[in-house]
Amino acid sequence: MLAPSQPTEQPKGWLARTWDSDVAYSFRHSPVAIGAAVASIIMIGAALLAPLLAPQNAFDPAQLNLLDGYTRPGETGMGSGNYFVLGADNQGRDVFSAILYGSRVSLFVGFASVVFSMVLGVGLGLVAGYLGGRTDAVIMRIADIQLSFPAILIALLVFGIARGIIPPALHEQMAIGVLIVAIGLSNWAQYARTVRASTMVEKRKEYVEAARLLGMSPFSVMWRHVLPNVAGPVLVIATINLALAIIEEATLSYLGVGVPATQPSLGTLIRFGQQYLFSGEWWILLFPALALILLALAVNLLGDWLRDALNPKLRQKS
Amino acid sequence: MFAYLTKSLLQALLVMLAVAFIGFSMFRFVGDPVANLVGQEATIQDREELAQLLGLNDPIPLQFFHFVTNAAQGEFGVSYRQGRRVSDLLAERLPATLELALLSALFAFVVGMILGVYAAIRRDGVVANIVMSVSLIGVSLPTFLIGIGLIYVFAVECRSWSTALAAWTGWQGWSGACLPSFGRGETVRIGWWTTGLLTESGLKSLIMPTITLGFFQLTLVMRLVRSEMLEVMRTDFVKFARARGLPERVVQLKHALRNTMIPVVTIVGLQLGSVIAFAIVTETVFQWPGLGALFVQSVQFVDIPVMSAYLMFVGFVFVVVNLATDLLYLLLDPRLRTAKTAAAQ
Repeated sequence: MLAPSQPTEQPKGWLARTWDSDVAYSFRHSPVAIGAAVASIIMIGAALLAPLLAPQNAFDPAQLNLLDGYTRPGETGMGSGNYFVLGADNQGRDVFSAILYGSRVSLFVGFASVVFSMVLGVGLGLVAGYLGGRTDAVIMRIADIQLSFPAILIALLVFGIARGIIPPALHEQMAIGVLIVAIGLSNWAQYARTVRASTMVEKRKEYVEAARLLGMSPFSVMWRHVLPNVAGPVLVIATINLALAIIEEATLSYLGVGVPATQPSLGTLIRFGQQYLFSGEWWILLFPALALILLALAVNLLGDWLRDALNPKLRQKS
Repeated sequence: MFAYLTKSLLQALLVMLAVAFIGFSMFRFVGDPVANLVGQEATIQDREELAQLLGLNDPIPLQFFHFVTNAAQGEFGVSYRQGRRVSDLLAERLPATLELALLSALFAFVVGMILGVYAAIRRDGVVANIVMSVSLIGVSLPTFLIGIGLIYVFAVECRSWSTALAAWTGWQGWSGACLPSFGRGETVRIGWWTTGLLTESGLKSLIMPTITLGFFQLTLVMRLVRSEMLEVMRTDFVKFARARGLPERVVQLKHALRNTMIPVVTIVGLQLGSVIAFAIVTETVFQWPGLGALFVQSVQFVDIPVMSAYLMFVGFVFVVVNLATDLLYLLLDPRLRTAKTAAAQ
């Protein structure tokens, strides 16, 4: 993220220094963290490489064969004769491909909304902490009110309002963008609080005063000097929030207000799959659900580990 | 005490006004209220008459004032989609949601307390460890998956395993474990309130939604009670109670437990927001005819009056719960009572 400065007398390269650092040490000695990291990397990699790995393009209706519908896991389809590892759904869509493409959508929305709320929250937190006074009071009151409401409720509200403003013809195209904004807007307050607190500490330090005396504008002081020094905790919140954002996206899509049906995410797949639960086609639901649980759990554990590893108080206790 | 109360009340009022303002802006500025209410073939004159009737030509502050006074009387306009008064829609669905939310809060609180106390007393026991690990997994599971899992076990696959169990044990009662997977079952009407608590099918329909909705709360209460209890058991007054020769049960349940209650009540109170949020999801999973399901529908169909009314309802619940939590503090902790009174005088 932030390029470490390279003093010339440092004998070791940055790779060696990273290997020796406290965080890396704690990572090497935590089987849970390694497992979670491996699982996350595999799932993210599989999602990125979906066009290469998946037997069919799950978003392209032309590639589906209706005669393959309801193929059981591990059997060949009646229509195309293809092999379906995890079975096929009612339209003959390969569940395995659908999961790969679906986790792509889930991860994209998750990452994008985390970046959105991070930029918004960090920006507002910096401004609030650095300027103080009335600006601070207004921003933080809004954050307080928002934090007391559940994220999913706010996301639903934003989604509904956005649909009211955007003309119906554009709903399908803009659905993913709206979803990202909705989830992002529901999570910014936590970043703002953290960044504001550390900014208030940093701004009294001498280097900030020096920068100000040099005649830098408040904006460049915030951006060039304060931000790099308050960024650490932000990354931890971002990792933990990624799991929350993925679950939030899945929940919204499950409720039927998320991504359009032509580009199903994991939540949409679960929503479809539930319809076939009573007729005995359990695989349409089970495998996307497992993928979602695995993804959320892995990212969550990674975030938990990172939080503990970066917290010196906890390290001394154990 | 009086000053403390007035301050809490004033704050509550301010928050309500802010929420009402958001609700008002949604109604007034998102979409065109007139176009949403009249048909395609309405003339311009019709539209203007309606705008006049709705007061849309008044100055904005006056409109907001009317909006707030109407909302205070429970009048939120007409639903765009269903063409009925929003207040009727809300009143019709309120009992279903309240019954579910209160029952699941009770379930979470009681079961969470029992498990938490148990896990604290037997802290290294096998059962306690299993309970703690299950709770960890439960936290990272999305709510709707817990609901779907319950439906699968107790509604879809129930026939096969209950008959197998009945054959094994020779007791036919196992089929009673099968639960309905959607709706409220039979309800009884008492005045304007409908309740599912008085019929067998109503009670059975409540079981799975209650567990789904209460599960997250339950794990939270349990972990909190456990850690607080472990903390309190180390304090001097517990040692003193033991030194006085009081039975261990009395020390644990009377002295220690009471002192763990304050943070537990706070968290449970403040978590009511997430109960409402999870109720949106739970009601959708089980097709429960409550407010949450109504809200999801209103978001899908951009039914702004229903959305803004729901927002204000949730805001109201929050404010009331926060006030109640403040008051409960005073009841639970005598120290706080005297300190507050002293500060107020």
